[in-house]
Amino acid sequence: MKNLTNYLLVSAAILAPTTVFAQDTVRYWMWDGQQAPVYQQCANDFEALNSDIHIEITQTGWDQYWTNLTTSFISGDAPDVFVNHLMRLPEFAANQMIEDLTPLLADASYDTSGYLPGLLENWSKDGAIYGLPKDWATVAVAYDRDKLKAAGLQPSDLADMNWNPEDGGSFQKIIAHLTVDTNGKRGDEEGFDPNSIATFGLVLNPLSPQGETEWAYLAASTGWRFIDEPWSTHYNFDDPRLAKTLTWIRDLARVHHLMPTVEQTGRLGAETLMFSDKGAMTVTGSWLVGLYHQSKPSVAFAPIPAGPQGRKTMFNGLADSIWTGSPVKDAAWKWVQYLGSDACQTTVAKAGVVFPAQQDQIETTVKAFEDKGVDVSAFTKVATEETTFAPPITDYGNEISSIVKAALESVMLGRENPEEILTDANEEINSLF
Amino acid sequence: MTRRSTDKTVNADKESGLFGNRLRRKEALTGYLFILPALIGLIAFFAFPTIRAAQISLTNWNLMRPAHWIGFDNYGKLWADGKFWDSMQITLLYVIYNIPLQTALGLIIAVLADRLAKSVLFRAVIIAPYLISNVVAGLVWLLMLDPLIGLTNTFLTGIGIPPQSFLSSPDQALISVAGISIWRHVGFTALLFYAGLQSIPRDLYEAARLDGASESAMFRMITLPLLRPVMVFVLVTSVVGSFQVFDVIAVTTQGGPANSTRAVLWYIYENAFQFSRMGYASAMSMVLFVFLILVTLLQMRLLHADRSDLG
Repeated sequence: MKNLTNYLLVSAAILAPTTVFAQDTVRYWMWDGQQAPVYQQCANDFEALNSDIHIEITQTGWDQYWTNLTTSFISGDAPDVFVNHLMRLPEFAANQMIEDLTPLLADASYDTSGYLPGLLENWSKDGAIYGLPKDWATVAVAYDRDKLKAAGLQPSDLADMNWNPEDGGSFQKIIAHLTVDTNGKRGDEEGFDPNSIATFGLVLNPLSPQGETEWAYLAASTGWRFIDEPWSTHYNFDDPRLAKTLTWIRDLARVHHLMPTVEQTGRLGAETLMFSDKGAMTVTGSWLVGLYHQSKPSVAFAPIPAGPQGRKTMFNGLADSIWTGSPVKDAAWKWVQYLGSDACQTTVAKAGVVFPAQQDQIETTVKAFEDKGVDVSAFTKVATEETTFAPPITDYGNEISSIVKAALESVMLGRENPEEILTDANEEINSLF
Repeated sequence: MTRRSTDKTVNADKESGLFGNRLRRKEALTGYLFILPALIGLIAFFAFPTIRAAQISLTNWNLMRPAHWIGFDNYGKLWADGKFWDSMQITLLYVIYNIPLQTALGLIIAVLADRLAKSVLFRAVIIAPYLISNVVAGLVWLLMLDPLIGLTNTFLTGIGIPPQSFLSSPDQALISVAGISIWRHVGFTALLFYAGLQSIPRDLYEAARLDGASESAMFRMITLPLLRPVMVFVLVTSVVGSFQVFDVIAVTTQGGPANSTRAVLWYIYENAFQFSRMGYASAMSMVLFVFLILVTLLQMRLLHADRSDLG
């Protein structure tokens, strides 16, 4: 009897850890370092509610993120859940790397009505949903308050800027006034020395292939669109309205010297130039508000200028996708649901780093930013259906980026002629499909 | 008797032969054991991936879906791909910018170190950049060469030279990348030459000096010819290395501006990991592999790598 008791005790001791501590580990990947601590908080809260699931968050920089992800698909070591970008959606969906969430959403009777319009649609194709929206982003002008004051301008002067590709409208006038040469002469004053600029009125790195914070908001305000409908197989880079917009940006740098040329901007980008006092204004995405607040608190935000067809900002949003090869799909789905839940979205909203995808979280987020002393109304103001356009969602995202970047470089370097360069690029792009 | 003694000799020979064979076998075994780690590395990291790449180059593998055999289609496509040939041309230009200057500078530094400064500190300083990874060197230079906030332009304008665009101008980007690479590798090249110089018998210089030879004559008639084995090693490894330039480009220019630094390895990387065209990228790798073998053989042939001028 004693032997039997001992045996049972030993067996219980061996089994106990496995039964009590058996946990599924859900591996979650993301690239945004600012957001990682916030989502870690969500993970902690989730684990408190689900003791059988452990969330392991890995954050890697944008440049390595996609290569790591693709190679992890091959090695069978991909994260169970990962933050996904619309640019990669078509490729991952076509290769069946990401789970169609439609049946899971139906089973869970998941309410998707709370998302801002357009967000869920971006992640859907042919009735399948490949990611649950987690946030949204718009763009706004970021300006240095001190430099604005020094120029004798008020924040209200930036509240209603207009722009056109011919003379740049009031936007160009303000840019000129904010540009200062090393002798203290402003860009709109007599005796301004264009060869020795201390502060540029506008700093942009216009080589970004999607141009979200660089050129797309201007081009879209002329009525131009990347594609006519989602998943299109035809791009519109040959549209003269785009060539005109890009020519205006090129000339702002090369002719008027109010913005650094691409040779001057280098690879460090607009943020670095703002941080190092080389720029008075730039255009930025709402995901970078936290970074500016941290690194350059003198920066405030104003709405993007209104073009011939009004203000237009790209309305981008990230989503959480589940890897089809995940060995812990149930746990992964639970985590994705939690990420989209009121609890986690409120945590994200209160952190004030990014706008969560749920409509009713806007107020909380705005308040969180206000508590930090940041007015983000320039971003929320344009988050309407009339003032937004969808990012281009098509196959061959990376190839297209590579072709567009080379074309933009040629245009911005001043090579002739922009319309031809863009038409050639467009032909190359459309021949991919 | 004779017969018996002969037998004995034969037996003795046999025994010593057996013993010799065993010894030789044992020696051979020891030899194999010594090269085993390198052999394992060679097979695992070079031979196997090469064979695998050759295999992948005959498929349309996109990393995510199972590969399908498409024969030599990738090679046919490559032949007609202007971007591939452009990238080969850019790489060749990079090699031309890189090798002569790096070799000449390395040689000058080595000779100076040998003739003038024998201090260990000097040698340590010379080799220091080589101890930094290419990525770190690239990042440091990316900041230093930044047109607006970089230290280099501050220095240039300080001495009255107009600021330069360096990595962001299509005309200067490739030269700048080559410059970064030279800065990083020249110390190592110098160290190799320095080691080579130590193996040249000093009495040759003494004899030459007695004959009234000048420093430059000694350099031409003694140093340079006797350095040939080292020169071959330096040239073969640095030429092959230059054709494979990647990390500095990845950190500083990513093939831009306007494709001016899209060297062949960057183009291969783009196809493999950005466009998910692994089959096509492998085909390009195979072409580059064969091309580099030919370049190396040609170099060895031209430089008479198998002959020494000493003795």
